Amino acid sequence: MATLTEAPPPPPPASPPAPSAPEKKPPRKRGRLTPYWLLLPGLLWLVVFFALPMIYQASTSVQTGSLEEGYKVTWHLATYWDALSEYWPQFLRSVLYATAATVLCLVLGYPLAYLIAFRAGRWRNLIMVLVIAPFFTSFLIRTLAWKTILADSGPVVSFLNTVHVLDVTDWLGWTSGDRVLATPLAVVCGLTYNFLPFMILPLYTSLERIDVRLHEAAGDLYATPLTTFRKVTFPLSMPGVVSGTLLTFIPAAGDYVNAELLGSTDTRMIGNVIQTQFLRVLDYPTAAALSFILMAAILLMVTLYIRRAGTEDLV
Amino acid sequence: MPVVNWLKRHLVVIAGLLTLGYLLLPNVVVTVFSFNKPKGRFNYEWQQFSTDAWKDPCGVAGMCDSLSISLQIAIWATIGATLLGTMIAFALVRYRFRARGSVNSLIFLPMAMPEVVMAASLLTLFLNLGAQLGFWTILIAHIMFCLSFVVVAVKARVLSMDPRLEQAAQDLYAGPAQTFLRVTLPIAAPGIAAGAMLAFALSFDDFIITNFNAGSTVTFPMFVWGSAQRGTPVQINVIGTAMFLIAVLLVLTSMVIGNRRNRQKA
Repeated sequence: MATLTEAPPPPPPASPPAPSAPEKKPPRKRGRLTPYWLLLPGLLWLVVFFALPMIYQASTSVQTGSLEEGYKVTWHLATYWDALSEYWPQFLRSVLYATAATVLCLVLGYPLAYLIAFRAGRWRNLIMVLVIAPFFTSFLIRTLAWKTILADSGPVVSFLNTVHVLDVTDWLGWTSGDRVLATPLAVVCGLTYNFLPFMILPLYTSLERIDVRLHEAAGDLYATPLTTFRKVTFPLSMPGVVSGTLLTFIPAAGDYVNAELLGSTDTRMIGNVIQTQFLRVLDYPTAAALSFILMAAILLMVTLYIRRAGTEDLV
Repeated sequence: MPVVNWLKRHLVVIAGLLTLGYLLLPNVVVTVFSFNKPKGRFNYEWQQFSTDAWKDPCGVAGMCDSLSISLQIAIWATIGATLLGTMIAFALVRYRFRARGSVNSLIFLPMAMPEVVMAASLLTLFLNLGAQLGFWTILIAHIMFCLSFVVVAVKARVLSMDPRLEQAAQDLYAGPAQTFLRVTLPIAAPGIAAGAMLAFALSFDDFIITNFNAGSTVTFPMFVWGSAQRGTPVQINVIGTAMFLIAVLLVLTSMVIGNRRNRQKA
């Protein structure tokens, strides 16, 4: 049970004072073990079912053998090399698609987050509900709906055809012929759609905190609306941009649902390969190695990105 | 140029509403196609209006069973993750202890990891232990990935709590247990509820981690995935539409109640 101090007791001399910690509570003498009891079950769960599997996966990736004879750890690092040299196109594609989807999410999501934060007035709550509500319909059903929307004979494709957009995207290699389904464009469109709320919500949270008087002040100092946005609003919304970007990019890079449902064999992403290797080919070492590389690559990219963007407190 | 000026002034609103349309378009399609009468096995092209699927929502073999399995897993995963996550959140906000940094990263990492990596590694664990894949392995996995989200939701609420309220309770001779039950818990309740709702939604809708660790157990998302290969029954759209409507209704009702309560207070 979390209990409270009657009066702040003097801090025990053994523990060093933490000057800048946000917690105001000084440590208690009684119930010193309480935090550990509170943490124990949950952390145990995470250690056993999140951290330990990572170790098992790392060990599986350096095993050799077969399903029939069983696997043994032989430190066969060549699996990594083979996996990378065979599947680098899928890796590259995952990064490209996820980047494209993230940029699109930012471009599409920012106006909506801005609208909810500053311009929606009494419609704010309703729009908020409409942004979150699709979450409650299975995302697989909603992704399948894109098959209908982008169907070859549907209105979207025939419109894009009439205005010759498809000629341009065809030339760019994003679509092929008169089709949108089973092309990179369809997969990126699906990824963007699926992860858009993950961009909008953090953007909204950081926009909503901005004091509207700052906009007025910028205007009073003869800043045009564009300058106000560039110099005041956007920099202040950076925490939202950073966490939104991460929340979109990470799941998009590992996704295989959109590539499978809306794409073709030419749009397979690394998630598809891991899924096939694990569940159909049953080549566990290769699958584990691929998954390990994906994890390492994403952790590396995220760390670099956070360093550059300079937002440390994401949790 | 009044038109240009109007456009300029409302550019953000127009762009925002277009994005909102993009977000809602698939739901509109799902709803409309729940009234379709498809010719072949797939429900991707409009044929003619019919309410057959709505009259017989469980008419597809296995679908309602998968729905019930998903509900059971989501309920238990919500209970488990909310309980464990709330305890962690209280420990993080209220106490100082060693290894705080490692605890924080252990909670943050599952949210920063692509689902497919967690799914694959968990499967290697279960394979190595020789565990029977099914209901229990799905439940274990769901509690694992929902936990962190509950911690974040509850932590935010507990952090914003005024500690003086609890001190006041204790000044009025409430014991620790009484203070917790009558003061702390009610104030933290909205955060706990938000965490629980999030956990339920995440668990109910999870596909990737479930796909790896389900064995032959079929949850509702697994059923939809399978039907994308075999043929999509209209009933899937009925369930999708119904879930959307229930969610919107629930949220709107709670908003109306909340508004009324606020007005009474004011």
